[in-house]
Amino acid sequence: MKTTVYSAKNIVTMNAQKPDASHVAVRDGRILAVGSSDEVATWGPYELDEQFADKVLFPGLVEGHAHTMEGTLWRYVYCGYFDRMDPSGTTHRGNTSIDAVLEALKAAEAKMDDPDSPLTGWQLDPIYLDNKPVTRAQLDNVSATRPIGVLNASGHILYANSKALELASLLKKGVNHPGIPLGADGLPTGELKGPDAMAPVSVHVGMSGSIADVDERGLRDFARLCVRTGVTTVTDLAAKLDPDSVDMMLRVTGEPSFPACVVPLRFFLGLSPKELVPEVARLKKLSTDRLSLGRIKLVADGSIQGYSARLRWPGYHNGAPNGLWYVTPEQMLELYELALEAGLQIHTHTNGDQATQLAIEKLELALRKHPSNDHRFVLQHCQLADRAQFTRMAALGMSVNLFANHQFYWGDEHYTLTVGPDRALRMNAARTALDCGVPLAVHSDAPITPLGPFFTAWCAVNRLTRSGRVQGEHEKITVDEALWAITMGAAHSLHMDGLVGSIEVGKRADFAVLESDPRAANPEEIKDVEIWGTVQGGRVFAAADV
Amino acid sequence: MSKFGAQCKVDASLPQPMSEPLPVTIIGGYLGAGKTTLVNHLLRTAQGRKLAVMVNEFGALPIDEDLIEAQGDDLISIAGGCVCCTFGSDLSAALIELGKLPVRPDQVVIECSGVAIPSAIAASVTLLEGFAPDGTVVLVDAETIRTAAIDDYIGDTILRQLADADLAVINKADLVDVPTLSALESWLSDTAPRAKTIVSEHSKVPLDIALGLGATPIQSQQMGHADGLFDSIALPCADPLDGEPLAKALTDPKLHITRAKGFFDPIPDGPRKALHIVGHRWDITDSPPNAPLGIVCIGVKGQFERDLIRKTAKEAL
Ligand SMILES: [Zn+2]
Ligand SMILES: [Zn+2]
Repeated sequence: MKTTVYSAKNIVTMNAQKPDASHVAVRDGRILAVGSSDEVATWGPYELDEQFADKVLFPGLVEGHAHTMEGTLWRYVYCGYFDRMDPSGTTHRGNTSIDAVLEALKAAEAKMDDPDSPLTGWQLDPIYLDNKPVTRAQLDNVSATRPIGVLNASGHILYANSKALELASLLKKGVNHPGIPLGADGLPTGELKGPDAMAPVSVHVGMSGSIADVDERGLRDFARLCVRTGVTTVTDLAAKLDPDSVDMMLRVTGEPSFPACVVPLRFFLGLSPKELVPEVARLKKLSTDRLSLGRIKLVADGSIQGYSARLRWPGYHNGAPNGLWYVTPEQMLELYELALEAGLQIHTHTNGDQATQLAIEKLELALRKHPSNDHRFVLQHCQLADRAQFTRMAALGMSVNLFANHQFYWGDEHYTLTVGPDRALRMNAARTALDCGVPLAVHSDAPITPLGPFFTAWCAVNRLTRSGRVQGEHEKITVDEALWAITMGAAHSLHMDGLVGSIEVGKRADFAVLESDPRAANPEEIKDVEIWGTVQGGRVFAAADV
Repeated sequence: MSKFGAQCKVDASLPQPMSEPLPVTIIGGYLGAGKTTLVNHLLRTAQGRKLAVMVNEFGALPIDEDLIEAQGDDLISIAGGCVCCTFGSDLSAALIELGKLPVRPDQVVIECSGVAIPSAIAASVTLLEGFAPDGTVVLVDAETIRTAAIDDYIGDTILRQLADADLAVINKADLVDVPTLSALESWLSDTAPRAKTIVSEHSKVPLDIALGLGATPIQSQQMGHADGLFDSIALPCADPLDGEPLAKALTDPKLHITRAKGFFDPIPDGPRKALHIVGHRWDITDSPPNAPLGIVCIGVKGQFERDLIRKTAKEAL
């Protein structure tokens, strides 16, 4: 049996019993020993690998809420406002004006051979561009002959040119749909809001009906992004997991060079609770070292900036009506009961505090019927929970995965428009969650915001909005707490804390290979920790080579 | 974030003859109001009308065992040429797939999920070539609706559903006493102001009321209304007429017309038109060229006065 010992400038273990070490021994993809060179040598002969001698080894990062479809989106034109790194490591400059967006699309258009094939963009966010939607006429300037569609950063709005509307038979007068604004000429302006309005056009702009499911190349590309961001375990939080997609994921993650463990959650859709639970139990048995199946995702409400999240009194700050439920309380309860009974874990998307309240109440009822000591049901996003709710969550054994990045990207809009100053302060209340004893993770929800746990940690530590304002001083957490959240915290939320999340004997040899010790970073600089690559299951992946 | 895909898979696709858009009736209402029972009742009483039922629910298609002829992956065939499939939130894709069925259905029935807002579904139907919304039926559980409507969590959703109704069906009426029922009726006149309210037990709403009279209303009327609870009248429309004043007159609540459908030649001269009335709402659209002239109105027996309708129609023209 071959043992490899890696020496490093420092090994930050996230194991309080031995927080620092200089050597880690790896055998069969697992950690055999951590300590000094003498300590690891007690296990017998080994091969010393000194390639990390000037690096810091840190536990492989765990992203507890992302969507692997980001890998597919990178094949479209990046239209976002912020600089963003693609799977190859190229950083695309942010498009800080509508003109810049149109230029980016034109540049891509110029490179296309087939005159009829669609041009597709993604991640456009007009909130940063004077809050004006991109119009059909503007996109017609890019091309009037090929269909063009640009996805909003939320994934729930599509901007189309005339050709795309024409192909969908929507370039006509008399269109009467709340999601399709009309111009002075009585024709659609090109903005299509909501999945229903988008659907007739999506197929004509190169987006198949099920963009939720990553494709083969997209999954490989997403894994390259993982290497570049130090991530070795990543969730795919709302997967349909039909048989073809499971086969594909098993095959691709099983490739010898696939650098991450993917954790897809089966979306509650298409099957009733009574059918879903046995199906997920069946999927669980198909799990491998790099594809961990057997968890359920339930969506309770919509999004706050889309005004579709369910809020308690006093509702939306701008007077918008309360949001939408995506599940009935009865169905939520039924699914909770059946999953507890079968020992399966559910992650529930709740954005608004009323949705959070409903989930707490229904889980409390379900637990009375099926008492479970360590269910770790997770509320995902849970952006508006208050102290009383965190207290109840702790009492019920729930965990939370907060959307820390939201504070930076949309915190200013939450303050002025969606929820107002009071509740903006308590959004993604990491401090309160920890104080109440709720196990904490924080997430990017990639592709909604970029994958990068150190950036997410920075958001939770600094709580800066895009305009540079600290929003919710009291809810800041420390660098150490944030580092825990992106390793052990996220691992705990997946029941994987015995397997990954720290550099500890017996665990999977998953490391983020860093240029410096993140614990030593100034709180404002934690997002800038340089990442060399990863080690996953004992296999070394240099970002420069993937 | 989340997105969904359609679940209807159909391989064959045949060219369709020129015809009216497929009428789409939306059946809404909270969990337990009787939507599924209504759908099964409609399939059972379809009398040769080919219905395509689309269900926006989690999981198994809730069609009674004895109605099912064959079951595929996502699509089940029902006796009499009806089909049923589920859709996630991608209704549009599912309807587009439905349009490719080798056999064209006569009518589409969408059973909404318990929390769906019917007007949002109707709006997406209007975006699709070849489909037209044809009324929103919202079911109400006579026993529980008043409590549900003030529930912190789902009350506002239920009120939004009722506000969208063209027909509000007070279901399980046998489970409440008369004063409760009449209180419920007057409450509904405020909460479902656009709707014509009808009362039912076990979701037994006659097909012609729930879904209208189909593509050939005069013929369907001649077949009669089996249950005897509803009455109808045919206005012949032999001469060209002005559709708009007629439509407005016929939607007057005191005529108690639940639905009307038929064809007429317009003044001034132009191609033949179709008139649709559901509850208090009307619509005039293009008609297939040779549709038979005449408009059929139907309503609840007892309330519905043939003479008053005839007189009103005459005055409007
Ligand atoms: Zn998500
Ligand atoms: Zn979500």
